[in-house]
Amino acid sequence: MIEPSATPMLDLRARPSWRSTKNVIMCGVMVGAFVLVAIPLVAVLWSVISRGAGTAFSGFPAFFTKEIPNISRLPGPGMGPAIVGTLLVTLGATLIAVPLGILGAVYLHEYGRESKFSRLVRFMSVVMTGVPSIVMGLFVYVIWTMRFGYSAFGGSIAMACLMLPIVIGSTEQMLQLVPPHLREAAYALGTTKSRTILTVVLPAALPGIVSGSLLAVARAAGETAPLLFTIGAATQFNTHLFGGANNALSAQIFINANSSFAGAQDRAWGAALTLVLLTFAITMIARVFTARVAMKR
Amino acid sequence: MASQLDLRGTGDGADRAFRWLAIGAAALVLLILGLIAITMTERSSSVFGKMGLDFFTSKRWAPPDGQFGGLSFIWGTLYTSVIAIALAVPISMGVSLFITQLAPRWLKMPLVYVLDLLAVIPSVVFGLWGVLTLAGPIQHFYTHVHNAVAGIPLLGSIFGDSPQGRSFMTAGIILAVMITPIITSLAREVIETTPQNEKEAALALGATRWEMIRGAVIPHSKGGITGAVMLGLGRAMGETIAAALVIGASIGQISINVFSSGNSMPAVIANEWGEADEIHKSALIALAVVLFVITIIVNVIASTIVRRSMARSRGVRR
Amino acid sequence: MVDANPATESREQREPKPRPNGPSFVTDLRPSMIAMLESAPVVFDLSHVEVFYGAFRAVRDVNMKIHKNQITAFIGPSGCGKTTVLRSFNRMHDVIPGARVAGEVKYHGVNLYGPEVSPTEVRRRIGMVFQKPNPFPKSIYDNIAFGPRVNGVRDKAKLDEIVEKSLRSAALWDEVKDRLHGSALGMSGGQQQRLCIARTIAVEPEVVLMDEPCSALDPIATARVEDLMRELKDHYTIVIVTHNMQQAARVSERTAFFTAELDKKSEQRTGLLVEYDFTSKIFANPRDERTENYITGRFG
Repeated sequence: MIEPSATPMLDLRARPSWRSTKNVIMCGVMVGAFVLVAIPLVAVLWSVISRGAGTAFSGFPAFFTKEIPNISRLPGPGMGPAIVGTLLVTLGATLIAVPLGILGAVYLHEYGRESKFSRLVRFMSVVMTGVPSIVMGLFVYVIWTMRFGYSAFGGSIAMACLMLPIVIGSTEQMLQLVPPHLREAAYALGTTKSRTILTVVLPAALPGIVSGSLLAVARAAGETAPLLFTIGAATQFNTHLFGGANNALSAQIFINANSSFAGAQDRAWGAALTLVLLTFAITMIARVFTARVAMKR
Repeated sequence: MASQLDLRGTGDGADRAFRWLAIGAAALVLLILGLIAITMTERSSSVFGKMGLDFFTSKRWAPPDGQFGGLSFIWGTLYTSVIAIALAVPISMGVSLFITQLAPRWLKMPLVYVLDLLAVIPSVVFGLWGVLTLAGPIQHFYTHVHNAVAGIPLLGSIFGDSPQGRSFMTAGIILAVMITPIITSLAREVIETTPQNEKEAALALGATRWEMIRGAVIPHSKGGITGAVMLGLGRAMGETIAAALVIGASIGQISINVFSSGNSMPAVIANEWGEADEIHKSALIALAVVLFVITIIVNVIASTIVRRSMARSRGVRR
Repeated sequence: MVDANPATESREQREPKPRPNGPSFVTDLRPSMIAMLESAPVVFDLSHVEVFYGAFRAVRDVNMKIHKNQITAFIGPSGCGKTTVLRSFNRMHDVIPGARVAGEVKYHGVNLYGPEVSPTEVRRRIGMVFQKPNPFPKSIYDNIAFGPRVNGVRDKAKLDEIVEKSLRSAALWDEVKDRLHGSALGMSGGQQQRLCIARTIAVEPEVVLMDEPCSALDPIATARVEDLMRELKDHYTIVIVTHNMQQAARVSERTAFFTAELDKKSEQRTGLLVEYDFTSKIFANPRDERTENYITGRFG
């Protein structure tokens, strides 16, 4: 036990001052900002779950398998065609954008490096991520839909245009993490550059590339604007990628949100829940791959 | 025997082919951007030709009469974006500083996850929430705000009368929620490049945590944060669906009253496309061209600022 | 100005002690052996080789002949261009943007930098082992099989055979035969380096270039790699860059000493070949003062 008389001659306790008060206030503001961000997240998720779960899961799996009612004011299930459409459009977009994006990133990092052309492409690809999705939609309307009509594939092209620069960016980042000595090892065995890239560099970067691409897919799957002009609004199932009008969850939500009928609004909430679950699931899978990249390092 | 040695390769053709394939994929970026500019301008040239400068200066938008003045939509786009930036920037700054400077290590990852989730929620879901859940109750709140500031010169007209649930302000709020994760993640990246020794130097001089942030972190990250804000601005201007649902879709409204309903370029395109005839569609595409040009300019400026400041801070670190 | 080593350390390096088993060329190089070494065919013939990185001249005036089935060691202080010269032997400079080789590197009489020469083909014939072990993040088996597969071997039985043979040549078979399909990254550093050697010889090159292959290894692993080099010598021509003078004395027949000199005009340090001779001669009786200073430890 220390005697109370052993008071320190030196007082190192913080003294109350305007400086320390200000510090506390500003730190409080930062915490407050975070709370402010969390509020809409929680509110949106709460609304989507509380209002969407009833519609989506009552009489399961009717909501996911039934066709969309032709008369939108009628209550009752049906988002099946929109779910199929979203999956189809997203799949098509992935098949277009991911290989092209990886190839583009391979050019930037393995061939072009700091050449004028590759710096221009790198810069413009960042700029391209900022092109509004509605512009992409109208662009595809002008070059594709005006000629070939509504189809899931038109939506896929528009979505792929949005994904391409994202995939290029994330893939190039991952290629930068592949140690140069792996490339040298392959070259020293008499491997051509293209085979080195295909058999050594890309496999080494694969988890990161998958993760980045999945995040791009998750973002694209929720996009609405590019689809409004390109896929149409079919209420029946259409599993053809190229033929005929299709539908998508996001487009259905947009249409139904503008409706004043409770039945249509309910279906919008159900579709919103489905879409959120879908995008969250893709994001989670991406996270798993990100974790694998982190562990490897 | 020696000179007969053959050192010509075999797989070189495939190698060259792959290289060209990669170049082609990279060039696709430029091709798409170029095609957007060319094809859409061509498709909408009739409207630009007919309306001339009126397209930018008139607010009379009457499709049946063939009158297409886009000024009110340009105004709406800019005004909602400014509202969104005004709301999102302070919050994004707070959050990114909180994550990088204050939060304990174990809390960082969960916080980043929360922001990522916010970024992943589709904009149409925000729109749905905005129009069906938020717009009603917030109108009462707007009324209270208006009553509180009524009579004060500038504030009185900004927070003006007859507040609407679907208005510039509501659109601005939704846009702010959507661009906050974008600004935050970029700002976070920039802030994390602040050299540790500069921060320690500030702390060693007896600075409080906030003084350290003001003295070391913020000056270091200023450029990058400006770029991040510009990128957020670009996104806010291009964001379509959420704005289309909550902005109110009124025609020809140019007002500084944040509580009045209005319209923006992407919103009017999304809302009117379904019932538009050919010339009307051309006019909507013309709006998209204007939007494209504005966002490209904003994004070019933003990326230039970000790239410069990143290069500079990397230079400091090495 | 000269970055000399502490005196104590250099004393030790002065007289490389012969290893108890195995010949040391410092002590026993008989005239008959010299004749044999002299008569070996020439693999590389370098004349006036210079290497540039952009505008920077890294190495100048290298003239030398490398002989078949012998081990040639490159020694010299850091930054003297030994590795740079080594990498010009299999066109590894092509990979680095801005790097350029001038002069002539003849391989069995063919100019390696002539038109119609494919760097890929050159590298298949002239293998390289790097300073840091660099196995691919694949299984042990796939590491060895990588080169043969790239060169068109598809047959599983043939691949199995190549993998076993290469691992045996690298004295690694017994250690890894039960985990051929485990990751190569799970091996020790010494094992990884021997795996890289096995991977190199799996494509049956004629020459193996080694760039400081032991600098990342402990003494025991180093001894094993050195033993391996002596065994491989019967089938391959080996050129090794090393910082370790004892290693050069222990394993090599010939030694080339490089150093760097400051160019007055450009104020750049350019590497050059000072002396190239039998290892015994270099270590016992060097002609050039700079060589003498280096091997006696008077210069870093």
